[in-house]
Amino acid sequence: MIRSEVLREIAPIIRDHLVVCNIGLPSQELHLIDDQPSNFYMLGTMGLSSSIGLGVALAQDKKVISIDGDGSVLTNFGTLPTIANNVADNFILLVIDNGSYGSTGDQPTYAGKKTSLTKVAEACGCENVVECQAEETPQVIKDALASNKMTIIVCKCESGNVKVPVITMDPVSIRDRFMGVVQA
Amino acid sequence: MSVNERIVDDFKKNDISFVTTVPCKQLAGVIDAIEADDSIYHIPANKEDEGMGLCAGAWMGGKRPAIIMQNTAIGVTINTLVTLTQYYRMPLPMLISYRGELGEPVACQVEMAVHTKALLSQLNIPTYHFHKEADAEELDAILKHTFMCNKPVAILTDATFWNGY
Repeated sequence: MIRSEVLREIAPIIRDHLVVCNIGLPSQELHLIDDQPSNFYMLGTMGLSSSIGLGVALAQDKKVISIDGDGSVLTNFGTLPTIANNVADNFILLVIDNGSYGSTGDQPTYAGKKTSLTKVAEACGCENVVECQAEETPQVIKDALASNKMTIIVCKCESGNVKVPVITMDPVSIRDRFMGVVQA
Repeated sequence: MSVNERIVDDFKKNDISFVTTVPCKQLAGVIDAIEADDSIYHIPANKEDEGMGLCAGAWMGGKRPAIIMQNTAIGVTINTLVTLTQYYRMPLPMLISYRGELGEPVACQVEMAVHTKALLSQLNIPTYHFHKEADAEELDAILKHTFMCNKPVAILTDATFWNGY
C-alpha cells in the first residue's frame, strides 16, 4: 500500500475530526479523496503539521489528527519532545512512514534506513506510540480515537505517488472554514 | 511593577493565553514570569519555527498566542513567517530580544543585529523597537494592533531596554 491508498482507507474515519495535513502530495491527495472544511491543508512550511496540530489540540477540546510524513518529522525533529511533554489527549499524530521524501521525487529518508521514528518518539517520552503496517492503520486510528489518549502512530507503507492536482484554494479560505468547524 | 510583570500584564489584558518561548539571556525574567502565571499556557519550543507552528494551531483553536525569542530567530523563521503566518493571515506578536545592540558583549550577535531590521522590513512586518523602559507603554497598543490586522508583528527589545543583563 502507498500513502494515497492509506489516506483513502482512513478518510471515512478521520472526516468527522479536525485534520491538519502535511504539505505537498499528502494534502493534495486528501483534498482529492475527501475534501472537508475540517481539513487544514498546509500549502507551505514543511515539517510543521505536528506543531500546528498540537497547538490546535491544546487550545480546544475537539479531536485533532495531524497527518505527517517521515521526512517532515525528520525536518522538525524537535516536535517530538514538545509533544511528549505537553500531553493533549485529543491529539493523534499519524506519521505515514514510506521511507522517502514523496513530494520531491521519492528520495530515501533516514527513516527508511537505520532510524526508527517509533523508537525516537518513545525515547523522546511519548507514551502511546504504535507502529503498524499500512493495512492495519484504519483500526489503529479507531482504537486511538476511542482511547482518549494522545497517540503517535507510525504507519509503515510503501513509497510511491499518484498524479493529483495542486490545491488552488486560497489559504485564508482554508483556515477560515477550518476555524468555522473549530467554533461550531 | 517590574517590566517583566508589566509585559505579562499587557499580554493578559489582550487575552493572550498561549505563549511559546525559545530562551535568550535578556528574556530570562519575562520567560520566568510567563511560566509563573497560571492563566497562560507556556510551551517552550525547541526551535522558533516549531513555536510559530504551535502558535498558528493555538490561534486556529481559539486562543491568542505570542512567541518570545531572540532576533537570531528571524534567520530561522523566514519561510514560516511567509508561508504560514502571513500566507494564512494569522496574528502573531513576537517579543524579540534585540541582541547585538549597544552594550552587547558577544561580537557574533552584532552580525545578526545588522540584518534584523532590514529583514523585518523586507518581510513587511510591522516593527517596534523598545530602547527605554518607558517604550513598553506602547505594548498594549501594539498587541491590539496585531490582533486587529492579523499579521506577525515584531517588538525588538535591546540591551538598554533590559538595563543590560
